[in-house]
Amino acid sequence: MTAYLIRRLLYMVPIVIGVLLATFVLFKVVGGDISQQIAGKNADLETIAEVRHEYGFDKPLFAGLTPLAGDDWQAARQDYTAAIKNERQVRAESENRSVLPISAFDLDLKAQRKWLGDLFRQRLNAHQFGGALEMITLDSQFSDHFKHALTFNFGRALDREKISDKILLGVGPSLSLTIPMFIGTLVVSISMALLVAFLRGTVWDYTIVILCIIGLSIPYLSFIIFGQYFFAYKMDWFPIFYSPDKPMIHSIILPALIGIAAGLGGSLRFYRTVMLDEIRSDYVRTAFAKGLTTRKVLFKHVLKNAMIPIVTNVVLSIPFLVLGSLLLERFFGIPGIGYLMIEAINARDFFVLNALTFMMALLIAVFTLLTDICYAWVDPRVTFD
Amino acid sequence: MTEEKNILLSIRGLATHFYTEQGLVKAVQDVSFDIRAGRTLAVVGESGCGKSVTALSVMRLIPWPPGRIVSGEILFKGESLLKVPEGRMRQIRGNDIAMIFQEPMTSLNPVFTVGDQIVEAIKLHQKKQGRQAWKIAIEMMRKVGIADPDRRVGEYPHQMSGGMRQRVMIAMALSCSPSLLIADEPTTALDVTIQAQILELLRNLQDQEGMSILMITHDLGVVAENADDVVVMYASRVVETASAENLFNKPRHPYTRGLLHSLPKLGAKKERLEVIGGAVPNPLRFPSGCKFHPRCPIGHDKEICRDHEPPLKEVAPGCTAACWFAEGYPRD
Repeated sequence: MTAYLIRRLLYMVPIVIGVLLATFVLFKVVGGDISQQIAGKNADLETIAEVRHEYGFDKPLFAGLTPLAGDDWQAARQDYTAAIKNERQVRAESENRSVLPISAFDLDLKAQRKWLGDLFRQRLNAHQFGGALEMITLDSQFSDHFKHALTFNFGRALDREKISDKILLGVGPSLSLTIPMFIGTLVVSISMALLVAFLRGTVWDYTIVILCIIGLSIPYLSFIIFGQYFFAYKMDWFPIFYSPDKPMIHSIILPALIGIAAGLGGSLRFYRTVMLDEIRSDYVRTAFAKGLTTRKVLFKHVLKNAMIPIVTNVVLSIPFLVLGSLLLERFFGIPGIGYLMIEAINARDFFVLNALTFMMALLIAVFTLLTDICYAWVDPRVTFD
Repeated sequence: MTEEKNILLSIRGLATHFYTEQGLVKAVQDVSFDIRAGRTLAVVGESGCGKSVTALSVMRLIPWPPGRIVSGEILFKGESLLKVPEGRMRQIRGNDIAMIFQEPMTSLNPVFTVGDQIVEAIKLHQKKQGRQAWKIAIEMMRKVGIADPDRRVGEYPHQMSGGMRQRVMIAMALSCSPSLLIADEPTTALDVTIQAQILELLRNLQDQEGMSILMITHDLGVVAENADDVVVMYASRVVETASAENLFNKPRHPYTRGLLHSLPKLGAKKERLEVIGGAVPNPLRFPSGCKFHPRCPIGHDKEICRDHEPPLKEVAPGCTAACWFAEGYPRD
């Protein structure tokens, strides 16, 4: 068991590295330097440079060269900033504009680095500096990316709030929506699936299967819009929108019911198949031949065997509970993780998205491992050897 | 069949149909036979001739849908099994009539220990609790020849061999001392040496407990060794009933004769075994008249066989056969 756990935990290392590589490419390489965007339209160069430094965009992507002579480097930077400023001022005057224009050069990081490097070398030559001039540094955006993720310190979002605070604040509302929703769907669909599996081939079975397919075919959005319009607005049974003044349960009931209604079709169909597979087994016939009641056969013999696929499904769903429901939270204004994610997408807040993506990936990896451990708990045939 | 009081189970005119998407399957038609107390009756026939459905009908375990017992009567100790309510039937199942199945690999529930599964029946029918029920279970396991039952009672089915599992099934079936044991091809899935052991075990247990056995099989060797009475089924119907001795000495129905001819014989000089030509007819499209006539060496060209189904009639004391030529046909 211990050996198995250690082996499985080691398997997670390449998974985490892979996820971090993928998010790095997505958010840092493709996403690029967004300090201009953070600093604002009319920010001056100093501000941009500050922002760039704060968010670490001034570091090289993977690895870079750091000069051994620190002062010279600083001096080169200052020269560089001054030179750029000067160039822009000249251009502003020639074009007769009051605001300093941003040149293409400002956005061209490669050109900037080359320019900076040249300047630095010039200065070094002037100082007659001997020996090794630069050493390779691994202090880069790449190393920061790993460091932040592994210490769960994702820094600040675009709005300057700490990302970890934002996530912690969102988990509560998300879970209070998704857990009742999940448990409701689970209980209803498993018990109905047992019933339907027992009544297979009858009118009841066909009716429920057809209803499931109808439920599956209706888009999620239709459920939300109909529910919100009809039950909240027209009938006034539930609040339309989340309000921080009222207890959470108030704003949760309707979205949770909508979530159950929308998810029931797929879930019931899945569990019906699981139950049917089991109910056709020979051991069910043996159990009936013993004289057991239908209820005992279904809820003891069939259910324990069906637990194997059910456990997989349940345990693997837990990470998604933490993530919340994107659409429901958005429509009902519930300030959960789903809401946070949509906000972040709209604001192009790569920092938050990066943190959420990594968190999800990690949760899924952990819960996959938990699923495998649960197998041994429900199925005596599984051992850890 | 004259000693009425010795008859434990009596089936009269049983018909079980399956309403499938392809059409109506008459899996069992007009089946009648009696099981004597303390004796073994074997139902023989090729696959798909309705043997297992007959057995499941006795237990009222035909899955609906698609199957249903449409007519007939099953009398067990004077009680009409097809008329009693389901609650009473549950008391009979496992307690008075127990059943073991062909597939010991899948007939036990993989996620419960074998002890759990034996104890379940004991608790249900004998109102014994906890340690006492486990003691009976261990005793039963010892009785069916499982070594070290104290330890093996806590094992799961996958930790046992096929033969051991079938012994567990037998222990489970006999734990409530039923008066009838239905064994549906109990040895088909086992290898030959284990087959012999299991059959011997059943014989010994029958001697000790005095129960009747309804043995479903397609293996005439099993019949010869174990059965007192034999019912031969073909295409949903009984075609011949006789005592085992009579059946082997003087088979009346050409199908039975075909089955006996196709057995390998010690010292026979033939290179190949004889077979009955053709295959069991599709139950959706049974032939007209006698259902065996397309494969029958006597009846394949006779008009009466093609057009009229022969009734099951007594051809000798204690022997019945459903063949127009049962009492006299040309020697072959």
